[in-house]
Amino acid sequence: MTEEHTFRTEGLTKTYGEGVAAVHALRGVDLDIPRGEIVVLLGPSGSGKSTLLNILGGLDRATSGDAFFESDNLTEMSDRALTRYRRDHVGFVFQFYNLMPSLTARENVELVTEIASDPLGVEEALSLVGLEERMDHFPAQMSGGEQQRVAIARAIAKNPTVLFCDEPTGALDSTTGRAVLHVLNDVNARLGATVLIVTHAAATASMAHRVIHFADGAIREVVVNETRLSPDEIEW
Amino acid sequence: MRALDHKLMRDLWRIRGQAGAIALVVAVGVSLLIMMSGMLQSLRETRVQYYESYRLAEVFAPVTRAPARVIERVADLPGVAAAEGRIQGAALLDMPGQALPVRAIALSLPRSMEPRLNALYLKEGRFLSAGHMDEVVVLESFARAHDLALGDHLTATMQGSRRTFQIVGFAAAPEYLFTTAPGEFVPDDARFAALWMHEEALAAAFDLKGAVNEVLIELERGANAQDVLTRVDHLLDRYGGQGAYERKDSMSDRFISEEISGLVATSVVVPPIFLGVAAFLLYIVITRLVQAEREQIGLIKAFGYTDFEVALHYFKMVLVIAVVGAAMGCAIGLWGGRFMAGLYQSVYHFPFLVFRVEPSSLVTGVITSILAASAGGIFVLRGVFRLTPAVAMRPPAPMDFSRTGALNNRLRRWLDQPTRMVLRRILRNPGRIGGAVLGIAVGMGLSSAQMSVMSGFDDTLDLTFGVIDRSDVAVSFFEPMPAATAYAMAHLPGVIEVEPMRSVSAVLRNGRESYRGSVTGLVENARLNRAVRKDMSDITMPAQGIVLARALADTLNIGPGETLRVEVLDGRRPVIEVQVAEVAQTLLGAPAYMRFEGLNRALGEWGRVSAVYLRVDAAEMDALYAALKEMPTVAGVTQREDARAAMQKLMDTGAGAMRYVMAAIAGVITFGIVYNAARIAFGEQSRDLASLRVMGFTRGETSYVLLGELVVVVLLAVPLGIGIGYYLSFLIAAGFSTDLYQIPTGFRAEAFGFAGVAVLLATVISGALVRRDIDKVDLVETLKTRE
Repeated sequence: MTEEHTFRTEGLTKTYGEGVAAVHALRGVDLDIPRGEIVVLLGPSGSGKSTLLNILGGLDRATSGDAFFESDNLTEMSDRALTRYRRDHVGFVFQFYNLMPSLTARENVELVTEIASDPLGVEEALSLVGLEERMDHFPAQMSGGEQQRVAIARAIAKNPTVLFCDEPTGALDSTTGRAVLHVLNDVNARLGATVLIVTHAAATASMAHRVIHFADGAIREVVVNETRLSPDEIEW
Repeated sequence: MRALDHKLMRDLWRIRGQAGAIALVVAVGVSLLIMMSGMLQSLRETRVQYYESYRLAEVFAPVTRAPARVIERVADLPGVAAAEGRIQGAALLDMPGQALPVRAIALSLPRSMEPRLNALYLKEGRFLSAGHMDEVVVLESFARAHDLALGDHLTATMQGSRRTFQIVGFAAAPEYLFTTAPGEFVPDDARFAALWMHEEALAAAFDLKGAVNEVLIELERGANAQDVLTRVDHLLDRYGGQGAYERKDSMSDRFISEEISGLVATSVVVPPIFLGVAAFLLYIVITRLVQAEREQIGLIKAFGYTDFEVALHYFKMVLVIAVVGAAMGCAIGLWGGRFMAGLYQSVYHFPFLVFRVEPSSLVTGVITSILAASAGGIFVLRGVFRLTPAVAMRPPAPMDFSRTGALNNRLRRWLDQPTRMVLRRILRNPGRIGGAVLGIAVGMGLSSAQMSVMSGFDDTLDLTFGVIDRSDVAVSFFEPMPAATAYAMAHLPGVIEVEPMRSVSAVLRNGRESYRGSVTGLVENARLNRAVRKDMSDITMPAQGIVLARALADTLNIGPGETLRVEVLDGRRPVIEVQVAEVAQTLLGAPAYMRFEGLNRALGEWGRVSAVYLRVDAAEMDALYAALKEMPTVAGVTQREDARAAMQKLMDTGAGAMRYVMAAIAGVITFGIVYNAARIAFGEQSRDLASLRVMGFTRGETSYVLLGELVVVVLLAVPLGIGIGYYLSFLIAAGFSTDLYQIPTGFRAEAFGFAGVAVLLATVISGALVRRDIDKVDLVETLKTRE
């Protein structure tokens, strides 16, 4: 385990249910994710990519195998420790934004900075996503793209070691989607956070440093992009 | 519609916790409605039937000694339908194995055993047989209390002579639905008896041959009772008439009337509260359901179901809950009614008291609950109608909180984000929060008021038997005795202190207000039975003037300094005008006090004593009782502890027991609302809560966001509940207070504290139940779903 790796997994499996009804979501995944990269997990529905993301994000537990975050084994952590891990290191961006409707954009971000150990400034985080003008609006007063950008600002405001994005552009049109990918690209470049993106959209893969193809709960192929495209150049 | 009905069943199953809680609140409301309306109807009908079947007199006219032929003249008076004369007198029973003699009233029966008025309901044994002067029929409730059997013998002292009788029958009588010894307020089956014996036997005992000392009257339909009373009093005046009075002024009938009016008051106020709460709960639960199912509603409408069909689907859900609740309510009401009838039967001696509910009452109960539930449902259905398929199928916009932002700047400095979330949700739904606050407050108010009244009863007992009456034993005489005889009682075994008292029956009059009661003469500085002020300080009996109990002064609408007319009903029946000197604090009865000497002077008698209060060495109590039993002049012996215990028993049964039931079910409302509020908050926020967990908020921090709202609701509700309870306790106490007993009210910290703790407990339990759901939330699943 070197310091260059954010995550490393060994023989990671995840099975839902038992006996004949058992569903093998992950069948022994071995993986290294280097620090500071944008990594895209690609694959059809049910291929296990979201399950992997959830385990690495501390939301779910593996059935067997190990998953290391830096030098800590996530599979051995208590619930409390996993909460701590999410609080200190992890930023999440979801397909449906999951903003608190009762808090303004600024307050949604503050929600995270209040509990983080080394947060960015709230205004800095919001200007990173280009929303400094809309800080005092409630989610109901914003478009889907704007809401997703607030969600990203909220995720990065804690200055996370790693940023998890589950279908971040899934609910957005191409223009807004591109803008969101730009923001993710910027965050990676400026903060050095490792960014993991789960998506169906193969096109997104062209902006990643590394693309991991999933099928049937296992890694089929890992592709390292020699040249990365800017989000503007991506075919939607 | 079959598919929709399947959905209906599954939806109901899914929300079974909440639906069950609401159905329970409906059930409580309906059961109270049925129980009380049935109980009222049963009591009223039974009373009327019993009175009619056994020809209970409508007017009673006690008289010193009237020749039997006067009865015919009374019967001829205008407005009188029938008249009957009888002899009645005090007797003292020597019960085997009991130290204390028992007071009794002996009543005459004509030879036919069928008096024109006040007939007997023979329950066991037989009537008196002709010529057997030593036979007696005994009040059944007394016989039961003492395990008497037919054929047993009773030793009775009447007018100083002691005789033994054989019991041949047990009977009930409509004039003794409720048995209290004369001059007492507390019913006690064991401590007071009614005996029926041959007219000749009683005439001999009371020296009333060819005469009667009570005239019973039945009125003609539509006759003016007041006019008849005046005519009867005029006619009987020369025979020592002691003032005729109506049936409704008799102790037994008054008690049952008080009970009925208490029931009416409660049945009007309480069930609607429950149904209102149920309507409110249904409203919020179904609203939430419709919100959560907007997509499904859109889809169903897109399939081609009409607005009406979809609305009906949700309305059916309301109906099912209401009908299930009402059905449970009917069952509980019928069962509870029977139980209550049993309780009543133990206090009131009806020959039968069948709890009966008119089918129409059941129908009313069910319809009322459906209407109440529909009132809650109807607002929601409007929302279902308005939802077009296109709008419904779009993901819902985030709830708009922009209007609540106003507080933002002021609050920003000192509130963290989770607290802001809590406050904004409250500000956004003021109606719903207000409803929950009000509902909990009403529930709490109801239970705290009931508990206030309960502890008020305790105060009544404490004041009466702890402060006012500090004697151990009260001994009354058949005839007023010379003071010297009374003071001689100090020589009886165990007697430490003797205090004489004079008492006369009287009608007290102030202008048009009048009250039939008595005047009590107390010694100047009475110690064993005294009058006290509100601050519990002694009232020294003034040389002139009269001291009235608060309840009496209120009834007569009179105050200190004003003049009261006292029409004495005993002896030479003087009428005196006397100034009200002071108003005393009493909670039991409505006494009027004068100085012992002053009262005797007004009566034209000197140093006469009706009763003495004794302080007694407890160790010698039995010896004292034995001595008293041998004294022919003693009419009654009352031990303070017995009177207190009997009073306590009265408060704990009948309407008294109802108060405990009410306090308990008020708790049901509180829990129903608190739990529903918690569940709704959880339903609406589960996704937000999961998001917080994902962001690294701990379970405790997440619960704060959810339960914060609940805490605010409860914190607002508790003071409001105290306020409601405080005022409600005055209403309830006023409803229960009579001139027979008064219930003091005031701020009772323990009642409100207890109710408050119950609300907090309901909150903690609800919170714990919902918190368990937070812990179970599948973070991954919740985040992936759209709403």
